[in-house]
Amino acid sequence: MNIDSLTPLFASAVAAAIPLLLAALGELVTERSGVLNLGVEGMMLMGGVTAFIVVASGGGLVLATLAACCAGMVAALMFAFVTLTLQASQVAAGLALAILGSGVSAFLGRGYVGNPAKVSFSELPIPLLSKLPIVGPALFSMNALGYLAVILTAATTWFLYRTKSGLILRSVGESPVVAQSLGLQVIRIRYLATLFGGLMAGLAGCYYAVAQFKMWQEGLTSGNGWIALALVVFASWRPVRLMLGALLFGGVTAFGLYLQAVGVQVSAFALASLPYIATVVVLAVISRDQRALRRNAPTSLGQSFFGM
Amino acid sequence: MIRAPWRLVPRTLPSPRMRVLAPMMAVALTVIFGCIVFASLGLSPLAAMKVFLIEPISTINGVSELLLKASPMCLIALGLAVGYRANVWNIGGEGQMYVGGIFASGLAIYFHERGGVWLLPAMVVAGAIGGALWASIPAVLKTRCHANEILVSLMLTYVADLLVKYLVYGPWQDPAANNFPLTVAFSDNAQFPMFAAFAGDWLEGTRVNVSLIITLVALPVAWLFMQRTFAGYQLTVAGLAPSAARYAGFSGPAAIWMALLIGGAAAGVAGVMEVAGPLGQLNDRWTPGYGFTAIIVATLGRLHPFGIALASLLMALVYLGGEAVQISLQLPKAISLVFQGLLLMLLLGCDVLVNYRLERRRPAATAAVEIK
Repeated sequence: MNIDSLTPLFASAVAAAIPLLLAALGELVTERSGVLNLGVEGMMLMGGVTAFIVVASGGGLVLATLAACCAGMVAALMFAFVTLTLQASQVAAGLALAILGSGVSAFLGRGYVGNPAKVSFSELPIPLLSKLPIVGPALFSMNALGYLAVILTAATTWFLYRTKSGLILRSVGESPVVAQSLGLQVIRIRYLATLFGGLMAGLAGCYYAVAQFKMWQEGLTSGNGWIALALVVFASWRPVRLMLGALLFGGVTAFGLYLQAVGVQVSAFALASLPYIATVVVLAVISRDQRALRRNAPTSLGQSFFGM
Repeated sequence: MIRAPWRLVPRTLPSPRMRVLAPMMAVALTVIFGCIVFASLGLSPLAAMKVFLIEPISTINGVSELLLKASPMCLIALGLAVGYRANVWNIGGEGQMYVGGIFASGLAIYFHERGGVWLLPAMVVAGAIGGALWASIPAVLKTRCHANEILVSLMLTYVADLLVKYLVYGPWQDPAANNFPLTVAFSDNAQFPMFAAFAGDWLEGTRVNVSLIITLVALPVAWLFMQRTFAGYQLTVAGLAPSAARYAGFSGPAAIWMALLIGGAAAGVAGVMEVAGPLGQLNDRWTPGYGFTAIIVATLGRLHPFGIALASLLMALVYLGGEAVQISLQLPKAISLVFQGLLLMLLLGCDVLVNYRLERRRPAATAAVEIK
């Protein structure tokens, strides 16, 4: 393996990491408020199909991105209503959202399968920096959504740890009872956090449909919504670690593609299964230390709260 | 903030009546929503609903297809329900079903044209072992490393899917299949005989086969296990009150193992039903998502065998309806997936009435007086 071959490897790792980072960042904020939304995959698919339809109907990329965010938020709103207002189990409702999202997206996208996206996000190289060896093309020649993901990671870190609202959000996730007794609107805050998760998942879906694959097909996101969920655990609910984790998972995907490209005789199916196997392994390793996990996880994660 | 005129008041005890009524409400709401969807597509809602829900089962052949689809879903859901009662969320039934199908297909291909009457029972056993093995991975990781079984079992479904593809595009591909991703067509003693073969003319042309008997036996067995055995009781306690279960000395890891192995074995056998049933071979896209639908079936059926049997028939009808509207109304088949997901979401919503009741908000003034 020489240095030159590292450049495309690193670039494809970053390309695969961006949507994971976007979706996982949203889920991280949702989970920090104590809500476990397992429906990331469904929200991503909704965002993806919406973005693709907007583009196919002649809309621009900005419109497509906004529409994808709205689609993700509508899906998240449904989840929030069922779990936060109607007190349904978050696990069950998340699964329902995943199934519903894949169904609705397949239904809406039926006429668009097989067509390439009319417009798509293109790389925006930063002068000079993008010429750096190895990291240049990967980090400084991303598309707009890539830069957005980096900015949003920084913004989320700042929000969670440096603002009053962030503190409120975290305290709601740690102890909704205490938060409510202090006069905080627990349910409303959880609604907002869940909607943000939907928005980010929609953005990630948009990335798959009109930036990375530039097409639509049923189940376009191929399980990456679930990988994003694992990523949040991996990052122990911290945004910056999320970035490293997303790069690691993106790297696994890219490594498979790389092996294929250099002609290693491995089954393409075995390579395609790498990210899923890596997720399982990482989950197993991370979860071994239950005490650390419990220390980091929002205490009320996944529990219903009846605050009326 | 606008205040809704109604509010939820917790019930002292969950309402058993609502537990039964909520699924019916959810089904009714889904039908209403379906009518709206059909109307918005410019179709007559009633006519479309007739095509969707009535016509598929208006013939003997239709009923046979209904049973053919309901049977594996029902079996998987029974297995999952055992786990869900124990709060073990195995959502990888789909993958466990694939691996069951792979194990059975392996036997069928290895003993192609050579096996005796023992082959089919051996395939069923192999399928159960395959499914249970696949489910044992989340079980090991859950009991040893506390890894979340939801994510692990789901990730393994993608791996199992790729494993099937690897086999039918590679070592198990039928050389005579012109590069289509298919194995050889199984010989007769590797397939479930159809009832039509020995039941006379009135079943002529139907595909329902003797594997239905497996599900019919599994139903009372599952009921006995859940309601009448100590192991089933332990699982239920582990799900309802984990600390009480620990206090009583029930082993947590044992419950997790039991829940996942039973779920995996049931899903594996369902996989055999498919490959040795209507398919008669292994190919790359053979299941319309029974493993995922079984999650809905188990929830809709209230984790009770009787409810699960009913729910599996309903879900099978949704599949058939999806195919029917595709053929006669040119609507995409994905509409069945929409209805399935919607039904589950609505059911979870309606379930609020099990633990809460709706009460009209009293005007603020009188409420204040009464508090005093």
